[in-house]
Amino acid sequence: MTMIAPAKPEVAPGCFPRAENRCHVVSNESMNSEYRLLVVDAPETGLSAYAGQFFHLLCPATPTEQPFLRRPMSIYRIDRENGQLGFLYKVTGKGTRALASLAPGDELNATGPLGVGFSLPVGTKHVAMVARGVGLATLAPLARMASAQGAMVTAILSARAPEFLMSRDELEVAGAKVIEVNDVEGNSTPQDVINRLRDIHAETPIEFMATCGSNRLLSLTRDLCSEWRIPGQVAVEAFMGCGLGMCFACVVPVRDGQGNEEMKRVCYDGPVFGVEEVTAW
Amino acid sequence: MVDLSVTVGGVHMSNPIMPASGSIAEGMADLVDLGKLGAIVLKTITPDIRQGVKPPRVVEYTDATLFSIGIPSKGPDYLLNHTVPFFARFGPPVIASISADTAEDFGTLAGYITDPRIAAIEANISCPNLRAHGRAFGMDPVAAAEVISAMKANTHLPIWAKLTPNVGDIAEIARAVEDAGADAVVTANAILGMGINAETMTPRLGNVVGGLTGPAVKPVILRMVNQCAEAVKIPVIGCGGIATGEDVVEYMLAGASAVQIGTINFVHTAAMEQSIAWVEGYCTRKNIARVEDLTGALKLPVDQKSEQRDAVAL
Repeated sequence: MTMIAPAKPEVAPGCFPRAENRCHVVSNESMNSEYRLLVVDAPETGLSAYAGQFFHLLCPATPTEQPFLRRPMSIYRIDRENGQLGFLYKVTGKGTRALASLAPGDELNATGPLGVGFSLPVGTKHVAMVARGVGLATLAPLARMASAQGAMVTAILSARAPEFLMSRDELEVAGAKVIEVNDVEGNSTPQDVINRLRDIHAETPIEFMATCGSNRLLSLTRDLCSEWRIPGQVAVEAFMGCGLGMCFACVVPVRDGQGNEEMKRVCYDGPVFGVEEVTAW
Repeated sequence: MVDLSVTVGGVHMSNPIMPASGSIAEGMADLVDLGKLGAIVLKTITPDIRQGVKPPRVVEYTDATLFSIGIPSKGPDYLLNHTVPFFARFGPPVIASISADTAEDFGTLAGYITDPRIAAIEANISCPNLRAHGRAFGMDPVAAAEVISAMKANTHLPIWAKLTPNVGDIAEIARAVEDAGADAVVTANAILGMGINAETMTPRLGNVVGGLTGPAVKPVILRMVNQCAEAVKIPVIGCGGIATGEDVVEYMLAGASAVQIGTINFVHTAAMEQSIAWVEGYCTRKNIARVEDLTGALKLPVDQKSEQRDAVAL
């Protein structure tokens, strides 16, 4: 299968495909009660990012906290035209609290782009994406990448309640057909999602699937990919030490074709893996 | 012009700054010019292939991290066929790092990886001996010396002994490995620690205990470097919480001939390069012609021996 995605860049002495990008905050606003969108002006190296990669952000010191380690953040928006990167995040701990304190004009040191992102087989005509929660953020650039390649994109977005659904506009702008499901309306169970996907597949065969943010969605994606004999990929999230493959803290068990399991680094071997490779995280 | 070069434990380096074992990997070459480093110290390998311990493997503290990784290793053939060629092309001397379950295995592995592209071998005697209930070779002067003797018997390469700080008298271990033929000591590895999550009432690390590293540990290891430097004639390589050029100078004043920079590489990839530049600027400003003149140049207010300092401190 031919993949079109930048392979891991050839590293020659004196050639630096990644950098500690000194970005400047353009905006950092609440999108709803849970999510915030951080938009920064980024230098050229930062803008070379592609779908599924991430940046390792140096969180600013606040009067009460100074996170020591960086925080990995998947890329929500790669806007080369305006020279901007967007990060969609949920404030959950020390690092994201610090990120929420950034104001327009502040500097953000963002190491990246890092990791191996999505690779879409050449000639794919229909991509289906299923995501839940902040996992949606990671898939938005994939919708753009797939549309740019001429593929049709169908995205099923899942959330606890309608007010927590994010990214509909972002995905529609990227050319995706968006289907929203949520727990309140009771149409977001794995069986519901499977039924939806079967209907979609019957209408226009799905040739590639991508998922992020839920073990249950990963499991159903893996099953359908196997049944339909199509490739599928998952973007894995992990707490990281270095983000550069050096410390081996962010490992997950990954299976090869022979059923052997090996601990692989989410930051360097991933964060995107084949759905058949990853058991759970 | 400041002469930044040093010769430490049989290895000539363009400057005294190198990464600590396990704090750089291939990914670092995507951001940093590794050719500028004094040496390139590789991640520890073991004779066998290991996956490492169960996650979670890292906990974050103020200016520190608690890691328990468990030495994932692809073994010596991968080292010789992939890792060494990758790093050798950058120019600085390449230092391998090894660990094993027995002193004999340390010796065999040192012999197996003896190769013209490797300038020295660091003996990671401070990681826990996984078959001895976590007790490290480096916690016992006899066991530590046995490891070094076994390695010296199997290779002509210089041997650096990386000591564990988890001992009562680190100078005793330094003397033991010096007597066994070590060419330098690296002081030190991580301080044993433990993290607990009060809410879940469970350990924060998959392995329960881990090693504390990062800027917060600097005063502890700086004291140990000073004790080692007073105890042995072989060079001492300082390693503990170094994040800036100023930290490098402090370690050299305490008696280090060179330094290793570790945890801060995970946060600031430019830390080593910036430290080299800072040390050069410091020497220029202080009219110090050769960086090696900084080693042990600490000016004590009175002529105190370390034993007396211990007595005062206690």
